[in-house]
Amino acid sequence: MDYETVIGLEIHAELSTNTKIYCGCKNEFGGEPNTHVCPVCSGMPGTLPVLNKKVVDYAIKAGLAMNCDITPYGKQDRKNYFYPDLPKAYQISQFDLPVCQHGHIDIEVEGQKRTIGITRIHIEEDAGKLVHDDYGSGSMVDYNRCGVPLIEIVTEPDLRSSEEARVFLDTLKSILEYTEVSDCKMQEGSLRCDVNVSVRPVGQKEFGTRCEMKNVNSFRAAVRAMDYERKRQIEVLEDGGEVVQETRRWDDTRGMSVVLRSKEDAQDYRYFPEPDLVPIVISDEWIEEIRATIPEMPAQRKARYVSEYGLPEYDAFIITASKHMADFFDACVAAGATPKTVANWLMGDILKVMNDKELEEIPFAAADLAKLIALIEGGTISNSAAKKVLDEMFANPHDPEEIVKEKGLVQISDEGAIKALVDEVIAANPQSVADYKAGKGKAMGFLVGQCMKASQGKANPQLINKLLKEALEAL
Amino acid sequence: MELFQYTAHEIADKIKAKEISSVEATKAVLSRIDAVEDKVESYVTVLPEHALAQAEEMDKKIAAGEATGPLAGVPMALKDNLCTKDILTTCSSKMLYNFKPPYNATVTEKLKNADTVLVGKVNMDEFAMGSSTENSYFKKTKNPYDITKVPGGSSGGSAACVSADEAYFALGSDTGGSIRQPAALCGCVGMKPTYGSVSRYGLVAFASSLDQIGPLTKDVRDCAAVLDTIMGHDPKDSTSVNIDHGNLLSALTGDIRGLKIGLPQEYMGAGISSDVMSAVMGAVDNMRGLGAEAQEMHLPLNEYALPAYYMISSAEASSNLARYDGVKYGFRAEHFDGLVDMYCQTRSEGFGAEVKRRIMIGTYALSSGYYDAYYKKAQQVRTLIMQDFQKAFETYDVLVTPATPTTAFGIGEKTDNPLEMYMADICTVSVNIGGLPALVLPCGYDAAGLPIGIQIIGKPFGEAQVLNAAYALEQTITKVRPTL
Repeated sequence: MDYETVIGLEIHAELSTNTKIYCGCKNEFGGEPNTHVCPVCSGMPGTLPVLNKKVVDYAIKAGLAMNCDITPYGKQDRKNYFYPDLPKAYQISQFDLPVCQHGHIDIEVEGQKRTIGITRIHIEEDAGKLVHDDYGSGSMVDYNRCGVPLIEIVTEPDLRSSEEARVFLDTLKSILEYTEVSDCKMQEGSLRCDVNVSVRPVGQKEFGTRCEMKNVNSFRAAVRAMDYERKRQIEVLEDGGEVVQETRRWDDTRGMSVVLRSKEDAQDYRYFPEPDLVPIVISDEWIEEIRATIPEMPAQRKARYVSEYGLPEYDAFIITASKHMADFFDACVAAGATPKTVANWLMGDILKVMNDKELEEIPFAAADLAKLIALIEGGTISNSAAKKVLDEMFANPHDPEEIVKEKGLVQISDEGAIKALVDEVIAANPQSVADYKAGKGKAMGFLVGQCMKASQGKANPQLINKLLKEALEAL
Repeated sequence: MELFQYTAHEIADKIKAKEISSVEATKAVLSRIDAVEDKVESYVTVLPEHALAQAEEMDKKIAAGEATGPLAGVPMALKDNLCTKDILTTCSSKMLYNFKPPYNATVTEKLKNADTVLVGKVNMDEFAMGSSTENSYFKKTKNPYDITKVPGGSSGGSAACVSADEAYFALGSDTGGSIRQPAALCGCVGMKPTYGSVSRYGLVAFASSLDQIGPLTKDVRDCAAVLDTIMGHDPKDSTSVNIDHGNLLSALTGDIRGLKIGLPQEYMGAGISSDVMSAVMGAVDNMRGLGAEAQEMHLPLNEYALPAYYMISSAEASSNLARYDGVKYGFRAEHFDGLVDMYCQTRSEGFGAEVKRRIMIGTYALSSGYYDAYYKKAQQVRTLIMQDFQKAFETYDVLVTPATPTTAFGIGEKTDNPLEMYMADICTVSVNIGGLPALVLPCGYDAAGLPIGIQIIGKPFGEAQVLNAAYALEQTITKVRPTL
């Protein structure tokens, strides 16, 4: 039997506000344990939360970018549970009146446009972290992350494959980056997601029983977890069994999920309206004020790259998927580089190095890439030398002109010097010269190679070609 | 007259006139504590060195003309659920027996800035849950008028210490009557201001939507002076209201001609002792004599206030008290097996019976499947009661009721019957449900000489009117001091 996967996602994104959600502590990643804390975010008796207005601004912005309705009269609620990383033993979140509701994001999968519903976006506070190592048998708690503002984005069960989910997550990430709502640094946990998966025979209208997967720490892990879960559920059904509604924990190292708790063990969070906070009243003026700050979004930018610069659709999509990449592209173009050439560098060597090194950002300045391109186009360095310069720009970012000087990569374009090289090579390789004369085209390539070698790769290849050909013809 | 017997404004005037120093006033209070504390047991923590050092500093400021406020140099006490930086704040619970907050409550800070002197932290029912101060982990505070009787609660320590002249005034907190009921039983003045007029920042929460800090004082003038000092908007408390409260001291004219007083019959009937009834009605007559108009009226929905109160306050408490888990500060059980057991043992051993009872009631009321029937219903009742009051205030300026159904009851008399204990708050809880200001002052004494309190309830932010009515009435009452 053929099965269809049904996927819904819950994504937590840390907001890049300057301060935390309910106190004045800095919202910064890292730091010595328990140094970014105050009586409020560490839940000291008697303290009270005061909502950071910026958090609502950011949530509205994300909501507008995802085509949501903004709730004019919202509130915050307490979600009660015990855990050492939660100093008040409740998390302030939103239950039935989130800031944003009823939105959608359009994605494109294999040329097909799909619309994925956004059920809601609500604001909440992050918890601290347990530290299990380095302290002997006990666990320690670091409350630095307590009170870091989050939005939780909940989708409708509209995704039908792990590939769709991956594209959706990429698109969502770029929206959050473009709106500067979150820095989306996966390695710092700025973006985390829970995955709900069910399967059903193709053609069946009712949803199958779903399982939720927690601890999915990267998009790659999300895709693996979804594929694993689809396979597992199909196997259960094929064996005549029934899928049981449960929460599972994804173990990325082992590539499998294990049961965390069954539906019966589901926690009762005893949500109730947070009495220490007042309702969130959002006026039309406020919404319009935020709407005015929304920048050009990835889809618009992609269209602009295609029409204005003539980039291929695919290149434009890849470059605009990351705001960082697109901003870098624009800055290179602004510095005078040819758009198509910049795109080629980004799509080729730069993306390759970033993937290999798992970099989230290009470590050097856009102006430096523009400079590098100018060095090639001006004939100062060869393409192969340029790759060496680029490597150095990744390893130790500084002015490409300096790098060219330090590494002695300046291209030899002096005809006299190259003529001398050519003569040397012809004298040293009589056999190849004879082969060339006998009409063997391959010999030309070999001789060019020898000339390049003799110049330690610095000679201008076009000039070698030209002068070698002339010399051979003259023989 | 002994130095410790003066009111706060009287002692402040003497200090201002340089008749005495703040150090002398503080020493007078400290020696009074030495003399009667064995009998009254109102303090959890007395701070002699701290108080004298602060008093010395105040004397310097007063001499330099830098401390000129109405309470400058006056020794006072704080209920032990008001945070004091680096000074024990126990909530009279084993759970916080060693807890020293890293910060000051806003009221602590305001009283400090008003140049008062903190003498100590006073006893209360554990986490402010109770009506007799018998739920304290540390000690049972006695009623200064009869030490076999309770002082009321939960701010029993605040009421007893003021009544016994162990402080010139004290702050308490009032969630369902916790300032007004002990003020009534101990014969002092106590006021719960309008919800939102005093910052709750640094008040260890019991029920966030009902809690409010207020003064317990020797007379109405002191009450106004303390309120003038502690009221006002605080950016650290989202529920604190940003309005101009005016100056309450200057509202005390004593002129109540034409004041329209409503007498809600729901508080005048069954369950109220005849001593209390006749004293209250006598006081109403006095007010009529001063030109006020008093009329019988009804608050039909008020009978639902007590059950609604216990639902809402317990639900909020179950969440507010969840943070006492043994992880970060305070008490942790010595023996446990793993994290969950650590929570269970710590909370079983650290909380007293009444606190556990409320946590269980509240947890139940918020549970999935019961929320609508209990918590939500109680909130709906709350809205109706507020409308009940709103309607009444279309006709009346203030409402007057007894403060308690009876005078002080015996120690141990109601400890085995929580429902009977809860009835001690029958006259006061609806005011918290409505978020209204209400003041209690003594209006007479029963045959045994125990004080009887009368309650004056005002419109939201109508503190000035309530205080002035109380001030006028106070002039007609002969006060009897406790003999200790």
